[in-house]
Amino acid sequence: MVLALGTAALMLMMLLSMLALPHLKRVLDLALRRLSERAQHKRLTLVEEYDPGRELRAEQRARALLRSCVNEEDWAMYCELGFLRVRGTLEARAYAYLVYPHKPILAYVPSTNHMLGEYCIEFPDRTRPYGSTRLPDSDDVLAKWMALTADEHALIEQANMHLAGRQIRVAKAKRDLVRLACWERERMESHRRAPRRAGSVPAL
Amino acid sequence: MKLLRVKPGHGEVLLAEGDVAVPEQYSELLETFGRELEAGMWAAVPTSTRSGRREAELVRNFDDVPADAERVIFFPRAAGGG
Repeated sequence: MVLALGTAALMLMMLLSMLALPHLKRVLDLALRRLSERAQHKRLTLVEEYDPGRELRAEQRARALLRSCVNEEDWAMYCELGFLRVRGTLEARAYAYLVYPHKPILAYVPSTNHMLGEYCIEFPDRTRPYGSTRLPDSDDVLAKWMALTADEHALIEQANMHLAGRQIRVAKAKRDLVRLACWERERMESHRRAPRRAGSVPAL
Repeated sequence: MKLLRVKPGHGEVLLAEGDVAVPEQYSELLETFGRELEAGMWAAVPTSTRSGRREAELVRNFDDVPADAERVIFFPRAAGGG
């Protein structure tokens, strides 16, 4: 009796699955097609929304704004080295930050070039005017600079701190610190030479 | 005084401009300032110290904006990144 019932149940299940199979296949095909259409649409939208010319113009405006806000020396540093240095004020010992566009803020001790850590901070614009929350590079640097010079403590509290080397390679950071030292030395020497050159008499 | 906002794909955008001494312009500046802060922006005024060093000052009220400020820059609120 049990065997007969079991066999009947098995037969019924097989029949039902054979009947449902085409319908299931149709539903699955439809879902896959919709998924691929949605992915394609998203890809197209992203490509359409990205305009290199517009981004370049935005970056040029951002650079002009940054230049109007920071010291001449800071601007030259950013142009020539690609980052800004901001001195820290929260502790008695001397320390400073390197501010890169769209990278963490790197804290270090200038006297030893010892890296203290990375402060990961972002300024996402939730209005997404062109589908992206990302500010132009120089606006990102300006936002970091303004927040650091205005309220260093608040910015550092907001940031996620990591050990040096997590996002900015240690080798790159060391190289940048050496570049900065060379740049400052050259700049100081050229400033020292400049008045002498201005007052000198050309040799005949 | 100019109220500027930095935006993705734009750079700076002029939101409002006016003289705080003129009542109509003052109210327009005040309204724009409040709207941006409500939208979650931070407002900063670029300033200079006595030694000539440039820095910025964050302002949370329109009354805190220095009287001689030429511009206020709005930028998105900071958030911890990955």
